[in-house]
Amino acid sequence: MTETRKIKLKVEDLTLIFGKRKKDALALLEKGVSKEEILKRTKCTIGVNRASFEVYEGEVFVIMGLSGSGKSTLIRCLNRLNEPTSGKVFFKDYDITRESNKELLTTRRTEMSMVFQKFGLLPHRTVLENAAFGLEIRNEPKEEREEKARIALETVGLKGYEAQYPAEMSGGMQQRIGLARALANDPEVLLMDEAFSALDPLIKSDMQDELLQIQNKVHKTIVFITHDLDEAIKIGDRIAIMKDGIVEQIGTAEEILTNPASDYVKAFVEKVDRKTIITAETLMFEKFTLVKYKKDGPKGAIRKMRTAGVDILPVEDEDMKFLGYVRLKNMLELEKKGEKSIEKDLITEVPSIYKNYTVEEMLPLITNNWYPLAVVAEETGKLIGLVTQTSLIIEATRFDKNEVSELNKQAKEI
Amino acid sequence: MEKKIHLGQFIEKGINALEENFSSFWAALDTGVSWTVDNVNNFLLSVPFPVLLIVLAGIAYYAKTGRKFFTMGGLRKGAGLLTFVVLGLLLLYYMGYWNEAIQTTTLVMVATIIALIFGIPLGILAAKNHTADVIIRPILDFMQTMPAFVYLIPAIFFFSVGNTPGVFATVIFSLPPAVRLTSLGIKNVQKDVIEAGRAFGAKDSQILFKIQLPLALPTILAGVNQVILLALSMVVIASMVGARGLGSIVYQSIQQNDIAKGFESGLGIVILAIILDRITQSFANKK
Repeated sequence: MTETRKIKLKVEDLTLIFGKRKKDALALLEKGVSKEEILKRTKCTIGVNRASFEVYEGEVFVIMGLSGSGKSTLIRCLNRLNEPTSGKVFFKDYDITRESNKELLTTRRTEMSMVFQKFGLLPHRTVLENAAFGLEIRNEPKEEREEKARIALETVGLKGYEAQYPAEMSGGMQQRIGLARALANDPEVLLMDEAFSALDPLIKSDMQDELLQIQNKVHKTIVFITHDLDEAIKIGDRIAIMKDGIVEQIGTAEEILTNPASDYVKAFVEKVDRKTIITAETLMFEKFTLVKYKKDGPKGAIRKMRTAGVDILPVEDEDMKFLGYVRLKNMLELEKKGEKSIEKDLITEVPSIYKNYTVEEMLPLITNNWYPLAVVAEETGKLIGLVTQTSLIIEATRFDKNEVSELNKQAKEI
Repeated sequence: MEKKIHLGQFIEKGINALEENFSSFWAALDTGVSWTVDNVNNFLLSVPFPVLLIVLAGIAYYAKTGRKFFTMGGLRKGAGLLTFVVLGLLLLYYMGYWNEAIQTTTLVMVATIIALIFGIPLGILAAKNHTADVIIRPILDFMQTMPAFVYLIPAIFFFSVGNTPGVFATVIFSLPPAVRLTSLGIKNVQKDVIEAGRAFGAKDSQILFKIQLPLALPTILAGVNQVILLALSMVVIASMVGARGLGSIVYQSIQQNDIAKGFESGLGIVILAIILDRITQSFANKK
């Protein structure tokens, strides 16, 4: 799916070095000298170290890292609040790092708006004037900009507060003004730098929900910086994890959790509540034998089970729709009775799920039966995978297979 | 010990050269300042005392109360200053120093405005440019610590006696706080607000006029307040070179050993100082 999406921002080998001897430091960096060594030799610190990534149109791209990881420096390179030392930032087709000052002002005024951790509101202006600030900077007439600002304020739920001053409002509401100011510009890209990090946990959660709701309406391309992995997972379509100026891994939350690229990422994601993130798609196995409802009689079913070495198999009808399961012992009985159809002992009252079901949603389904969970395609009802109880329990407990069998053994002895 | 270094002679030569080479400039400046002072003075004197009293009281009351002008809360806030302004001005008037008070006020106003015309842009420059800051700062220290009397000598030299040398010396003496507090106010504007401005594509001039100056305004107004008070403190000294007003009465009474006149005119300066201070401070303290 991602292959067909349009790339909105493309960052190539972006490096930012703080200090006076940038060129020397850059040369050393390219030779592969370590960050500490470069600091010692040139007194330069590496803010961003050859970062490359792409941001697709309409997605929420989260850059996550601890403080000092270079994430805020990186986002400021995208609109050149920080001047990158080398590398390129392509926005649509043109390279932002090569823009003249005038072109850069235009980009900032019309294409990219930013939301800040500390809000950056003007205390001497009303909420409405603050929201209209970006439009004022690009010299739009007063009536038009106030009209647009009013709409933006309504979008973020601040209707009725237009005449108040920011200092009279709570942190969450102040950040709504910041968001409205960015939205009023109607930019193609929203840059959000730790936008919710200064807020109380409950308000933060509300704002995240609200951002997702707004995003459903406006479909902006959002680059969101955070140090909070839960936040990254909640709002990010894709996440980039940064450490020491280096982008360590890029992927969906599930990709990163199930397949961490480095020990750092692994340590990071260990604390995350995986139950809400890991889906059936990750856990299911896709290679399974199917019993055809009309074609295979009890005999065929038994043969297939023996070949596969199992005592239960899923059944589909001629439209390739999932029907249920048959069990070996039932089939043997049917065969003894000379039945030609498996119809009598087809177990149809089994739960089917879609591939986006999370572990949290799947666990309750295994309490009342012991069948594998059948993952079916949403449109066709075709069986696409099976999730076994064992894999679910392994995922939920984070024990590995040996530990599980060890526990089983112990339990039997008792 | 024998005097070996003749630094003063260099300064003297420099001042002489300035006087000789730019004599038409000084003459023009003299004409301009005298003209302004005379006209403001005549205008204020042409207004009947009761009208001026009401206007001044109104300004003072508004400075204190602002939007609460007509409310009880406003009255509670502004009543004190209002009473002081009315009683103080009545006292000045009936002691017979009204004309002198107007002359002093005029001198202070003109000097303050000139000081601000130079001081605020210099303050902006010092805030934005480090090199300028490094150069301006010691000059300001020099201007403030040099005894104010010293400025009178070149002032007479350039303009001879009258109001202009008084204004000249007063401007030099009262300029520094305008520069310093403007610069301080702009430097203290929070970085994140300026960054937000930049992120939305604001040019330097937009950042200055839409963000930095409005946010620095309270500090700049505190600077204006300081300029006014320093200018008032110069009126007696300025009267030595012929500036008219309450200062010259104080100066006369020193020469004539007249305790009564000296006290009355001195009190007059205090009244003016308190009124001007409270009014400008109230404006500065407004959000």
